[in-house]
Amino acid sequence: MDFSLSEEQRLLRDSAQRYGAENFEFSAWRARAARAEPLDRQGWGKLADLGWLALNVPEDDGGLAATPVETMLICEAIGRNLMLEPFISSCVIAPALLTNGGSSLCSELLASIAAGETLVSLADAEPDGRFDLGYVATQAEAIGTGGYRLTGLKSHVMDGAGADWFIIPARTSGAPDDAAGISLFLVPSGAAGLVVEQSRAMDNRLNASLRLEGVVVEPGAVIGEIGTEYGRLTGAVDAGIVAQLAESVGAMDAAYEMTLAYLKTRKQFGQPIGTFQSLQHRAVDMAIACEEARSIMYLATLSLSQPERERRRMISAAKTRVGQTSLFVGRQAVQLHGGIGFTEELAIGHYLKRLIMADVRFGNADHHRTRVAELSAAK
Amino acid sequence: MNLDLTPEQEAFREEVRAFFAENTPAEFKPRVRAGMRLEPPEYIAWQKLLHNRGWGAPSWPREYGGTGWNPTELYIFESEASRADAPLQFHQGLELIGPIIFTFGSDSQKAKYLPAIVSGDDWWCQGYSEPGAGSDLASLSTRAVRQGDEYVVTGQKAWTSYAHVANRMFLLARTDPDGRKQGRKQDGISLFLVDMDTPGINIRPVITIDEIHHTNEVFLDDVRLPLTALLGEEGKGWGYGKVLLDRERSVTAGTTIRLAQQLRGARDAATQAKIGNRRLIDDPRVADRLAQLDVEVLALEAMVMRTMAEAASGIDSGPRASMIKVRWSELLQQITEFWVELQGYGAMHFASVGNQPQGEGDPWAAKGMLYSRVTSIYGGSNEIQRNIIARRALGL
Repeated sequence: MDFSLSEEQRLLRDSAQRYGAENFEFSAWRARAARAEPLDRQGWGKLADLGWLALNVPEDDGGLAATPVETMLICEAIGRNLMLEPFISSCVIAPALLTNGGSSLCSELLASIAAGETLVSLADAEPDGRFDLGYVATQAEAIGTGGYRLTGLKSHVMDGAGADWFIIPARTSGAPDDAAGISLFLVPSGAAGLVVEQSRAMDNRLNASLRLEGVVVEPGAVIGEIGTEYGRLTGAVDAGIVAQLAESVGAMDAAYEMTLAYLKTRKQFGQPIGTFQSLQHRAVDMAIACEEARSIMYLATLSLSQPERERRRMISAAKTRVGQTSLFVGRQAVQLHGGIGFTEELAIGHYLKRLIMADVRFGNADHHRTRVAELSAAK
Repeated sequence: MNLDLTPEQEAFREEVRAFFAENTPAEFKPRVRAGMRLEPPEYIAWQKLLHNRGWGAPSWPREYGGTGWNPTELYIFESEASRADAPLQFHQGLELIGPIIFTFGSDSQKAKYLPAIVSGDDWWCQGYSEPGAGSDLASLSTRAVRQGDEYVVTGQKAWTSYAHVANRMFLLARTDPDGRKQGRKQDGISLFLVDMDTPGINIRPVITIDEIHHTNEVFLDDVRLPLTALLGEEGKGWGYGKVLLDRERSVTAGTTIRLAQQLRGARDAATQAKIGNRRLIDDPRVADRLAQLDVEVLALEAMVMRTMAEAASGIDSGPRASMIKVRWSELLQQITEFWVELQGYGAMHFASVGNQPQGEGDPWAAKGMLYSRVTSIYGGSNEIQRNIIARRALGL
């Protein structure tokens, strides 16, 4: 039992924090958000040079095959600095889906992700499925050439506005909520019959909803096997959830630290407002929330290598608790800043918006608590 | 970062698991699960059992009769005890005064007192709080006046748990009442080791809302102590408690790990309670509330694991032990409250009347729920804990 970092991991953490602090000072961040570009190409190139984009790519495909701890360290820095980079979608979830995908296209995309040349987003949600990853109504119909024709709707694809490729779960058999019968297909963003509708979330992430109107894909666009890829999908999304938790913990810590500093400097009634006991106790509760979130996030990160059942229970428990504690911290951070916390001009409100979106992403606290209940009942 | 145990630690876990499976008395379990304390003779028997196994003082160094275990071994030991519904050891001698004696006591005090704590032959109570000194403990006014080769102690102590059982008391008293005006009120307080059969000590029982005699008022009238009763230096008693702060991590770990026991109790109650043939646990609202508690306990256990791993590597955990105490007490209350709620009308059967049989009522959940109210008050109320964290750790 050991929660310490290796020397290499400490160096990676420090370099990630430094990169975030140097490049995402708040006014620079606001300018970047105002440009509303799906990707800052130059910045993404720097991340490729730093090796971040290759962390989850297998060595055979030009990657570093790192552990979830390295991803965690990067994501904490991303959250702490409100970075808008499509790291979780392209560099955590996509590589997990493409690894051992069984086609030359998968290998090419992995190498290209690692080099910072291609962005790939998983289209995991459908309008009628809410947070259920196994709800796939999109149809994949086999056509004569060995290829497939895809028809259906995908909603709120994370970082979908800038994606060069989409990974589309589609049904080759069964009813919309069957675990069996789910296949995964690679579709380029410019494919004929694909309509991409971009949208901006409150945290300034640029997402997309997709309409697949008979998109035809070649046999080489299939990831893994036909009809049996639900496990690959849940495994990859679990890795994405864990990375998202680290992002939230990084953002929580930053919001808490800013609030604590504000309590020490803002004066009212002739004294720093941090001398008032009700605000001191609130600050302590925020500190406790940050400790709880970080601790359970560590367990979730380490659970990625555990058997599926323990892994899913721990990850859902962590998604629940980090969601709850992070929203508490984000909302109290705004409250304790008073009026200025309510404005766009201060970072604190942007942290709250980021944390609200982080809770929704991959299923909110309520959804995952239900999953914990189901997994406990089945014991 | 990893959650792995070494092969030696795995073997130790197996050994401890077998011990608790074999030796935990069945009659302890309903009370342990409800978070209730055992009867004093049961605690003494349990302490003697552990002592005979060589595990009487799990958190002490070997030279004083402890096991010398590192924090990871301690964590394994307490986790396995929790799994088996085994009780916590009674803490006032082992965790509160023992470490102060082996850190600051004289050689003769160590020889006289430490072995009897480990063997379960001595029972210690804590003479700290007073009617006028609760959260503001440093305002205590019990006086110890030096007269020749004696200290004469006069005053009144409150919330002295198990004074009616104990044969020894560790007592804070003011030896320099004038120093109070000159310096900090913490100055001039001394720590004494007192035999409870010394003339002048009178005990009045105080029954708490769980209808159990845990605690007492203690009256001290011209209690004459030999000079050897003084621990360490005169007037420095307040500072000796600081040694406990370093040990707080392992103590809070032992209690916190046991929330799993209360959760199991609540889950069992939800499984047994029925409306017709329908089990309460199959109601999604019930399952959801249990899941919420599950999740919060997991988060707290994760905090404990980090804290113990840091202790094993000699890393400072800052205020995390105080944070864990706050969250533990809050969760203990929530879990036992929900447990009693799950009992429905069953909660109305608190006790039998006359010769009536106990019937199906399980009073322990209700007693545990009532008892849990004190956990956010004792040892520094949660409000005081938050004050301390704000001042020491947050710099407010």
